[in-house]
Amino acid sequence: MASSTRVTFPNKFLPYLLLAPQLAITAIFFYWPASQAIQQSVLREDPFGLSTQFVGLGNFKRVLNDPNYLNSLQVTVIFSIATALIAMAFALLLAVMADKVIRGKGVYRTLLIWPYAVAPAIAGMLWLFLFNPSMGTLAYLLRSTGYNWDPLLNSDQAMLLVVAAASWKQISYNFLFFVAGLQAIPKSLIEAAAIDGAGEMKRFWTIVFPLLAPTTFFLLVVNTVYAFFDTFGIIHAVTGGGPGKATETLVYKVYNDGFVNLILGDSAAQSVILMVIVIAMTAVQFRYVERKVHYG
Amino acid sequence: MIQNNPIGRIIAHIILIIGILIVAFPIYYTFVASTQTLQDIIRPPLSLLPGGHFWENYSSALFGGISKIGGVGVDRLLLNTLVMALGIAIGKIIISILSAYAIVFFRFPGRMFFFWFIFITLMLPVEVRILPTYKIMVDLGLIDTYTGLILPLMASATATLLFRQFFMTIPGELVEAARVDGAGPWRFFKDILLPLSKTNIAALFVILFIYGWTQYLWPLLMTNRNDMATIVIGLRKMIDFTDANTQWHLVMVTCILAIVPPILVVVLMQRWFVRGLVETEK
Repeated sequence: MASSTRVTFPNKFLPYLLLAPQLAITAIFFYWPASQAIQQSVLREDPFGLSTQFVGLGNFKRVLNDPNYLNSLQVTVIFSIATALIAMAFALLLAVMADKVIRGKGVYRTLLIWPYAVAPAIAGMLWLFLFNPSMGTLAYLLRSTGYNWDPLLNSDQAMLLVVAAASWKQISYNFLFFVAGLQAIPKSLIEAAAIDGAGEMKRFWTIVFPLLAPTTFFLLVVNTVYAFFDTFGIIHAVTGGGPGKATETLVYKVYNDGFVNLILGDSAAQSVILMVIVIAMTAVQFRYVERKVHYG
Repeated sequence: MIQNNPIGRIIAHIILIIGILIVAFPIYYTFVASTQTLQDIIRPPLSLLPGGHFWENYSSALFGGISKIGGVGVDRLLLNTLVMALGIAIGKIIISILSAYAIVFFRFPGRMFFFWFIFITLMLPVEVRILPTYKIMVDLGLIDTYTGLILPLMASATATLLFRQFFMTIPGELVEAARVDGAGPWRFFKDILLPLSKTNIAALFVILFIYGWTQYLWPLLMTNRNDMATIVIGLRKMIDFTDANTQWHLVMVTCILAIVPPILVVVLMQRWFVRGLVETEK
């Protein structure tokens, strides 16, 4: 912060008053629950809430050794990588194309940004309407070709469906950032390469793509965070974690253990693990922001 | 020079149009379904042109009450969602602009401590601390209230950070000039800072409105009563594949009604939204 040179108002009392609302909300709805999660994560409570005992890192140990938890970790990683890659590749293709056209840029942008406004849970439902085996038209077409399509029973197909819905929802966001990133690349650079005889593909992979790296990296972090946390609605509305536990992500498991199965200690331990994951991702993102400040 | 490639441009247009079709198709399909009768919907394949039951379906969903969610009409769900989205957007903008103002334009003991106190909450979403936050809401008696839906989602630092960054670009001379002219902190805030922040406020409003409108996990936990549910939660409650009585035509209508308001906000306020998005996140 460039603090020493800033001109400020001399006032002893007012700044505290201005800060008060945000501090109060942050304390009550952030620090209090976060500290309770940490406290709860080292306690073991019986299902009736009659007695609690201190178990140290016992909950963490059990959670991390639980095959169900490891399964949901694996599910989350596969789900996140697939969602991020599909959403970003598709958005990059569209952004590169939008960068090429001269007429209708604004129209294309308008028509591509609306999924951003669709709630993840609703994105899931839209895809479910199309692909559920009992009344979805596309499911009907798939089945009429003889393909055994049933995402409610087949776990790979269920995963495919939630990945499709999750990446569909994220395309607009990525598109906007890739368009902004492409606009920042000097056209002279690309023209110079063209004069040197580099074909379109070669220009893309040797100039455009490397120069987009900061945007791509930023989006990778954002998309991963999105796939980890914001997609709870998709999972809950489309598959409910099933079939079996094939689409049970980490956040869904925290919810399921805490609110459905009422294993409070385990749920709290999982919350704490998630907090650590988010903090790590934030740190990664900040390193990126810092790099950008230095070189950009 | 490289722009002069008509074939490449035509291919680009074609790919973009295919992309738009993929992006738009699920929404279009649901819209078509929302204008059909229940019998037509449950017997695939569905026609790809809208049917003739638009008014009938929409008015019965909006004002007729939906039996699956205890006779609550979609109008009520829309109202709840609107209150929640506006509450989060406006509330968060107000508390953030005030605290950013304090942090940038005043020097006081504990300033950096408070800055970090708020800043640490930057990326920790409500999803990772659901159970304890839920317990606190029960203790405070905030289940099934608008306060319970709104306040906890205001506790994050993104908006504060954005305002802080913007305020730091305001030249010190401006503050000095205001002080020389005898303007106190309140006059400076009202007459100089607020007008300068208009674009940022508009951008933030769009992003926070969408954020509030599309919430899922939190309203799922916070609302037990059907007449306090948001539209996304109400919709989830209406869908049941194992129940032959699911009123799919009303489900489709509700789905469209849940999508249209935020899409209108994004499309109509596109200029601020795009700016805000690209700048807030960086």
